[in-house]
Amino acid sequence: MSTTTVTPTKLWSGGKSPFNVEYGKLMMWYFLMSDAFTFGAFLISYGTIRFSTNGWPNPNEVFKSFPFAPEHMNAPLVFVSIMTFILIISSVTMVLAVHAGHNMDKKKVVKNLIWTIIGGLAFLSCQAWEWNHLHNEGAWWGHNPFINADHTASSTNFTNYFFTITGFHGFHVFSGVIINIIMLIMTLMDKFEKRGHYLMIEKAGLYWHFVDLVWVFVFTCFYLV
Amino acid sequence: MEHTVAHEEHAGGGVKEIVKVTIILSVLTVIELILGFLMMPLALDSSLRLAMKGAIIILMMAKAFYIVGYFMHLKHEIKNLIMTIVVPLALFVWFIIAFLYDGNSFRHLRNTYDPHFKEQSTIKVEKKEEHGAKTEGKEEEKKHEETKPEEKKAGH
Repeated sequence: MSTTTVTPTKLWSGGKSPFNVEYGKLMMWYFLMSDAFTFGAFLISYGTIRFSTNGWPNPNEVFKSFPFAPEHMNAPLVFVSIMTFILIISSVTMVLAVHAGHNMDKKKVVKNLIWTIIGGLAFLSCQAWEWNHLHNEGAWWGHNPFINADHTASSTNFTNYFFTITGFHGFHVFSGVIINIIMLIMTLMDKFEKRGHYLMIEKAGLYWHFVDLVWVFVFTCFYLV
Repeated sequence: MEHTVAHEEHAGGGVKEIVKVTIILSVLTVIELILGFLMMPLALDSSLRLAMKGAIIILMMAKAFYIVGYFMHLKHEIKNLIMTIVVPLALFVWFIIAFLYDGNSFRHLRNTYDPHFKEQSTIKVEKKEEHGAKTEGKEEEKKHEETKPEEKKAGH
């Protein structure tokens, strides 16, 4: 057990993973890398279209609403910053769950997983509200009620990219919540206690952090710049 | 065996580090938001606005580094794993430069050689919000009218 010092030459001599992680975790990394290319392709395509167009809607004029606020309240960036913080905090609780898993602390794993799931559901609710609100304003795939920041007519590229990319991200959040719920059930059934390790939580955690990571990029590309 | 692996990875972590990274991420996000708010009154083509956008993108990369490095634990993995993940992603440097440059040059070409495209992007249209929500049906019609030039443009 104490022979944990690994020298690079030993890693490639066979008998153990040269990456020093178990198979499932390595594959999760590769999956996330491929997923990063998918999101990257989406965002770069968005950037390319934006660079090839003369005008573009001002995000501060489009995303300025807030739930339960008066109709014409002007609160740009407020709602989306709440969404961002929800996702960051849920990422933190996920790290804490993984950390508790290392210490074989079932109670803490359950507690932090529940918080993570709540955070994920809160984010999805926020997104559902925002989509519904934009839809009521007339925005959807193929429909763009907004005008460019320089008051010229805007194309539907803006809404198409917005709904496609945030939708794809929202779908990742949704599947992440499902994965976390499965992890919670498995933890409660003592599956990991019997296995002697909580490595499964780590893989779910990697996926969840990736969802947070993608939001960092989506948030910046659509709401800030 | 697997238990050993778990403990090994654990080496860099700890609740202290998690708290530290949480604070860093929150502070970076707050700075991003402050820049976003400061950017609002600036003119669309001002260089200060562009610089702020650049700063926001740098902050975004810093956030990505902290999430991947500490939350996803990549920084505490061995070099082999870090390289097998990060080196392919370095392709993005080329992707971003190539595609954005291409998009930009396409815009210049169209502005130079496509008078219709150029004209479309100079005609001002009315802001729709000022009409209020009471005439929703009419608004719907207008929306359709206003998207028509775009469709024509796409057909070109």
